[in-house]
Amino acid sequence: MEPASAKLIGAGLAAIGAGMAAIGVGNVFGSFLESALRNPGAADGQQGRLFIGFAAAELLGLLSFVVAMILIFVA
Amino acid sequence: MAAEQGRVDPMHQFSIEPLFGTENWQIAGYHIPFTNSALWMAITVVVLFIFVQGGLKRQLVPGRWQMAVESMTGFIDSLLAANIGPAGKKYVPYIFSLFMFILFANVLGLLPLGLVGVHPFTFTSHFSVTGVLAIMSFAIVLIVGFWRHGLHFFSLFVPHGTPLWLMWLIPVIELVSFLVRPFSLALRLFVAMMAGHVLLEVLSSFVISSGNSGFGWGAVIGIPSFVLMVAICALEVLVAGIQAYVFALLTSLYLNDAENLH
Repeated sequence: MEPASAKLIGAGLAAIGAGMAAIGVGNVFGSFLESALRNPGAADGQQGRLFIGFAAAELLGLLSFVVAMILIFVA
Repeated sequence: MAAEQGRVDPMHQFSIEPLFGTENWQIAGYHIPFTNSALWMAITVVVLFIFVQGGLKRQLVPGRWQMAVESMTGFIDSLLAANIGPAGKKYVPYIFSLFMFILFANVLGLLPLGLVGVHPFTFTSHFSVTGVLAIMSFAIVLIVGFWRHGLHFFSLFVPHGTPLWLMWLIPVIELVSFLVRPFSLALRLFVAMMAGHVLLEVLSSFVISSGNSGFGWGAVIGIPSFVLMVAICALEVLVAGIQAYVFALLTSLYLNDAENLH
């Protein structure tokens, strides 16, 4: 396989990671909403934890984006 | 990847150029011109200064502007009080500056000033800038931690209740997760801003190319892309706020580790 085409295929494969991170972020907000509707009084106090979970889940998707960008533009 | 003829190059918006004929400025032998990145940092600082100055009138019944500034400081204050406790009061100036600087930078970079021929430059989409911000936060965590706890600060790497037979593994994992913090902090902001701007540029290239290739393609591809672009713009405003908030939130969490150990 040509190295250039292998790079582009690798960048495409890295996009799977972005999709997985989308599942993760959706899971974070979905679970939060589900439990916030059960107990709305406690929801506001947990917003910090919501965004910590969001940040942790999002970071892995952003890392896959970085891998794709490095494969396309740098490597 | 060079821009081909008639194509939109999505990475061109991130190029750093010297401005105002300062290409040859040198400081101690290093080539340090005044770039568009530096210009937008200066604009951000000026806008931030004007914003905060408008809220310093100390009226008993606050006007709208003072209310806006006070709600921002109150927001950061409650964030620190919730995450650090009473000891967090002294970090309000730093976290407030950090949050507002990143927020204003992100939002100013999104402004549609291209309509009047000025191209905003989002300097938070550069790893060198976000890296320095993250190193600053990390350095404050280290200084505070060693200042308050001395060498006892290293107990951060041994959580309470670690069984003795795991002593060879847990401190290593904790050390790695501690050392990775500045990278994750910087990388998150940088990639989120860069990805959003690349996405907008790619969608705009869809609109332009499909519009150039005739009415049919313009209707089939251009109009949906344009609608999506408007929606993504709204999302980007949200991301600009969330990323600034996450940066401030994580910095305050790390400061909590330094203040109170765990």
